[in-house]
Amino acid sequence: MSFPTFSIAEQRSSVPVRIDEELCIADKGCTVCVDVCPLDVLAIDLSKGKAFMAFDECWYCMPCEKDCPTGAVHVDIPYLLR
Amino acid sequence: MNTIEREVDVLVIGGGTAGPMAAVKAKQANPALKVLLLEKAHVKRSGAISMGMDGLNNAVVPGFATPEQYVREITAANDGIVNQKTILAYAQNSYAMIEELDRWGVKFEKDETGDYAMRKVHHMGTYVLPMPEGHDIKKVLYRQLKKNRVEITNRLVATRLIVGEDGRIAGTFAFDCRTGDFHVVRAKSVVLACGAAGRLGLPASGYLFGTYENPTNAGDGYSMAYHAGAELSGIECFQINPLIKDYNGPACAYVTGPFGGYTTNSRGERFIECDYWSGQMMLEFQRELEGGNGPVFLKLDHLAEETISTIETILHTNERPSRGRFHAGRGTDYRERMVEMHISEIGLCSGHSASGVWVDENAATTVPGLFSAGDMACVPHNYMLGAFVYGHFAGVSAARHAQEHPHANVSSAQVDAERQRVWAPLLRESGLPPNQVEYKLRRMVNDYLQPPKVTRKMEIGLERFEAIRGDLDRLHARNPHELMRAMEVHAIRDCAEMAARASLYRTESRWGLYHARVDYPERNDAEWKVHVQLHKNAAGEMACFKRALEPYVIAMDQQEQAAYQKLRISTEAVPA
Ligand SMILES: Cc1cc2nc3c(=O)[nH]c(=O)nc-3n(C[C@H](O)[C@H](O)[C@H](O)COP(=O)(O)OP(=O)(O)OC[C@H]3O[C@@H](n4cnc5c(N)ncnc54)[C@H](O)[C@@H]3O)c2cc1C
Ligand code: SF4
Ligand code: SF4
Repeated sequence: MSFPTFSIAEQRSSVPVRIDEELCIADKGCTVCVDVCPLDVLAIDLSKGKAFMAFDECWYCMPCEKDCPTGAVHVDIPYLLR
Repeated sequence: MNTIEREVDVLVIGGGTAGPMAAVKAKQANPALKVLLLEKAHVKRSGAISMGMDGLNNAVVPGFATPEQYVREITAANDGIVNQKTILAYAQNSYAMIEELDRWGVKFEKDETGDYAMRKVHHMGTYVLPMPEGHDIKKVLYRQLKKNRVEITNRLVATRLIVGEDGRIAGTFAFDCRTGDFHVVRAKSVVLACGAAGRLGLPASGYLFGTYENPTNAGDGYSMAYHAGAELSGIECFQINPLIKDYNGPACAYVTGPFGGYTTNSRGERFIECDYWSGQMMLEFQRELEGGNGPVFLKLDHLAEETISTIETILHTNERPSRGRFHAGRGTDYRERMVEMHISEIGLCSGHSASGVWVDENAATTVPGLFSAGDMACVPHNYMLGAFVYGHFAGVSAARHAQEHPHANVSSAQVDAERQRVWAPLLRESGLPPNQVEYKLRRMVNDYLQPPKVTRKMEIGLERFEAIRGDLDRLHARNPHELMRAMEVHAIRDCAEMAARASLYRTESRWGLYHARVDYPERNDAEWKVHVQLHKNAAGEMACFKRALEPYVIAMDQQEQAAYQKLRISTEAVPA
């Protein structure tokens, strides 16, 4: 019997950035929040045409919220620091 | 995944504060040069000043201070270990830079007569210039980049500098954190402006990205300079800042001080004379925090409503605008409660402290063709304005070097080796997740390097960092984004080893908390009034050596030299 060298378990994480999908216009080609994030943690879900937080690696610096043309982004303080 | 090659004259790595200035100044020095600004994030919002800045911490403005006075202040604040020529060059050029930024559209606070509204925060002189409406600073820089036709590439992560066969700098290797493409950028001269090593210590919260510094600045610049053979200096003079407990914004005495806010112990009493950040100030802060009068607070609750709302407007909209949300979540109102403070994780940063790549007054490193500026270049207490001034120097120097030298020859073996190293985590079928390795590494940094420093602990730390070096070959990335985190772990590990080795080498205590060694508690000027340099030696090993201080260009009298030694308010009993 042989074991794989690395066994991996997924861990869940509640992410601090929320996108209001009613307001997000990524389906019209907007990528502003994804462009400005210094940590590159936001992405567009192509199936929905909406932005979302892909990685829980946020500096809660807020360019994403400030620069979003429709006010769809809300940045919370990450749970561990709240 | 492809390999993409490109050739420019001047390459600037890091598009935060110093980098854009260097690129603009290189282009202005010679518009015929091809100047490329290469950035890991996006130049529009990258780096420490992403959302603006609360003020200039170190402005030398005629009528308030002279360059000579500033040199004396910083010489004292950094316990004598400075190359005064570099600080003087900054001080003499800082006012012209403020005026240029003002012309470009950066908003500084002015009084009714249109003069800069300077504030006193330092121990001796007056150097703080508030900029409560400084939100647009990145936009202003971006406009200048466009106007001067600087080429920009975003989302490229530089990994190692290319060194030519003759030892001259020859460009950089990088990869695209969205596609994984490998880039070889050849250049005649390079400016490194990658900011602080901000992801070294782990914040007490355990949140990897809750650092004081912008976490994009993982220490890549320090690691790249080291591997290119450059000398680094003052690595043992750590950066540790007084912050709001659990929130990574400065508290911030510089903003609230001039309005009447101050740092206190739990009894609401002042215990330090001066809130300007120095190692000695941090030592008193730490003593109070750990002593019976702790913790430490920022006191604003005695101020008038009008003053408090002004402070709130500044602190909750500029620089770190999520601060208001943090306080709201905890139910903290400046009017009713003092704000609990704590000390930050450790980092390397010459902007706040003194750790960086060794540079002269032209921003030249010890590697021909390589220049450096900003938080990662050793010009102590340089802050934002220092990043601009040295960015200017670096741009002009790099333009001159590019005019005078052809591209260096590069061996193809070097290119192959780096491509293999960079792509390895993506090509492995399984392995260690980068975030887990990073967490463990940075937790070890806290356990073994956090001051007060203990010899045996730092030695054990080195053993742990060595073991983690082995783990680097098992890092696994599922996509180019994780690859970025994996390569950052390489840089953080290098910085951890540098921090331990430089700290072990200096067998005395200096700079208050920044280099408080329990087994060598005294300052020893006879042996250690020198720079500690760190480099990769001929055998390829990390080694430290002493570099004598250059003779001071501004004489210091004894009283001035000792000005930062006595920061505790003398009526207070010193806690045990
Ligand atoms: C929270 C905070 C508050 C501050 N407040 C003040 C203040 O009030 N007054 C003051 O004078 N100073 C202040 N400072 C200090 C000041 O902001 C810095 O000294 C200055 O901005 C540093 O400039 P820099 O160019 O060295 O770094 P940055 O502006 O951080 O730029 C570094 C750039 O390098 C990029 N980079 C990093 N690694 C790579 C890589 N591998 N490849 C490509 N690019 C890379 C980063 O994305 C970033 O854009 C503050 C700093 C912080 C963090
Ligand atoms: S900036 Fe706003 S509208 Fe644009 S993609 Fe992001 S969330 Fe959607
Ligand atoms: S707050 Fe900053 S780090 Fe977090 S998602 Fe927005 S831009 Fe990115």
